[in-house]
Amino acid sequence: MQSEFAATPNKKKLYPARKGWFRSYIDQLDLQVMVIPGFLLVLLFSYVPMWGVLMAFQNYNIFSGFLGSEWVGLKHFETFINSPDFYRVMRNTLSISLLKLLFAFPAPIVLALLLNELKGFRFKRFVQTVSYLPHFMSWVIVSSFVISMLSVDNGSINILLQKLGMIDEPINWLSTSDYFWGILVSTGVWKDVGFGAIVYLAAIAGIDPHLYEASSIDGAGRFRQIFSITIPCITPIIIIFLILNIGGILNAGFDDILNLTNNGANTLLRPVSDVIDTYVYRVGILGQRYSYATAVGLFKSVISVVLLVLANFLVRRMGRTGLW
Amino acid sequence: MNIANRIFDAVIVVILLGLSFVTLYPFWNSLVISFNVGSDTALGGITFWPRVFTLENYQVVFKDERLVQAFFISILRTVVGTFLSITFTAMFAYGLTKKYLIGRKLFMVMCIITMFFTGGLIPTFILIRSLHLIDTFWVLVVPGMIVVWNLIIFRTFFQELPEGLEEAAKIDGCNHIRTFFSIIVPISGPVIATLSLFTAVGLWNDWFTASIYINNPQLVPIQTLLNQIINSNAMSEQLSSAGGEASEFVRKLKGVSTKSLVMATMMVTTLPIIMVYPFLQRFFVKGVLIGSLKE
Repeated sequence: MQSEFAATPNKKKLYPARKGWFRSYIDQLDLQVMVIPGFLLVLLFSYVPMWGVLMAFQNYNIFSGFLGSEWVGLKHFETFINSPDFYRVMRNTLSISLLKLLFAFPAPIVLALLLNELKGFRFKRFVQTVSYLPHFMSWVIVSSFVISMLSVDNGSINILLQKLGMIDEPINWLSTSDYFWGILVSTGVWKDVGFGAIVYLAAIAGIDPHLYEASSIDGAGRFRQIFSITIPCITPIIIIFLILNIGGILNAGFDDILNLTNNGANTLLRPVSDVIDTYVYRVGILGQRYSYATAVGLFKSVISVVLLVLANFLVRRMGRTGLW
Repeated sequence: MNIANRIFDAVIVVILLGLSFVTLYPFWNSLVISFNVGSDTALGGITFWPRVFTLENYQVVFKDERLVQAFFISILRTVVGTFLSITFTAMFAYGLTKKYLIGRKLFMVMCIITMFFTGGLIPTFILIRSLHLIDTFWVLVVPGMIVVWNLIIFRTFFQELPEGLEEAAKIDGCNHIRTFFSIIVPISGPVIATLSLFTAVGLWNDWFTASIYINNPQLVPIQTLLNQIINSNAMSEQLSSAGGEASEFVRKLKGVSTKSLVMATMMVTTLPIIMVYPFLQRFFVKGVLIGSLKE
């Protein structure tokens, strides 16, 4: 206590008068040297492209650059909205996203709940290790598993279904547009369900065990406990991930779709597989319509940010904690 | 009650065993196919064991110059890229933990914005092009060097280190750079290991960057090459079942089916990851959790 009082008069000596901005900067030069390279990289590779988005409002010409290209206002956005591609691309993007939200989003939660009910430690660890594995594979590898499993004459799925007598003839899964969404979503679940469960498992581990004891004294069974204790306790974290998912609802997929359709070369699937991102890639990189593709990409980004803000606002309105 | 509990447990165990099987089977099936003679694989029906065992596919993979070169590029990219990315991201993050850093708020906010809004594919492509990075090794490493997600994890981790350590180093005359490399880095093993794993896996698995920025066959990484091989292979398979005039030609091609070969390449490509990740599991679970914390 006493020393604290004694220290007060000396404060001025410990914290000398404010130095000028420049002097302070020189004093922390070593610190700035550590920070500046990273920041410059972010400026260069994230902010310069943001500025480059302006080309969506131009007829960008690669030889004239930004300054020389002609400004055309919203022309490219109008072209996109009026084009026959618009309906197809938007329908696929929204449908695939919603299907993913419906199946791929809850899957890790369900897995975490199941894992939590396991008694044996070693078995639990085994299941976890196995289920994380596909997350670390590239989509190139995963899609070739899928293509191999579903192939008409070698595929294990066709062999299995035939042996079970469910089909007579092998099905050519990846040449029929009817199956593509299902294949895409289930492959996504297969790849990331285990890894996604990590966060929920941690949230479950943080629940006060007394709650379970009390409820079992009150006669609650294990089903009852899952729905009345576990799920309500992890709801905040579920909501945060839900908001992020809604913000990314126009990210229907890119890596997965591109690989499952042989980089878009599988034209049989195009009516159901073409989403905004693959469209931007095809029109922009392969077709070199730079301005038009940028406009389509910007259209997507703007809607995504709006949705993110909106979802966060609604959640906060409902009295829950949002992202910010 | 007790019986109900037992049934409950049994059902869960059965579900999770099923899940494990479904997860592992594609790996097993591909492994088996990679050990099978190519012409026999084309007949189909290989499920649990190789029918005509051979090591030839692997011999071919390791002898193919294009594949070996692609492996070399991937390894170089992963090692150099992970080292640079982790070093620069960690230094950046360390600076951001200092409250008196001039421009701290600005740096932080600008980095976080990039998590939600980006210029998109085409402006990035134009940028890389005008920087003359196309067909260079550096395009595989530099553009993704600062990962904002990792930056936040590093920062959260460094913030929780005891301040006394740094003060002691300061009194001994260390500047921040020296303190960082000789005090902070050695005690940050787990977080560095975790984020290095993620960064390395990301670089190893990325095929898209090279597919748009690399034309020189000497610089193509393995995943990009694999993507090209698989696509040409799969397209021929689909064409053959679609029928038509092309099918006769494709059927001939399939006599020397490359499927077993592709599977062998895939196995070799995936092996490094399968070998490393179980050992780092306990670390990365922790890393993912730090990353998902809200500030």
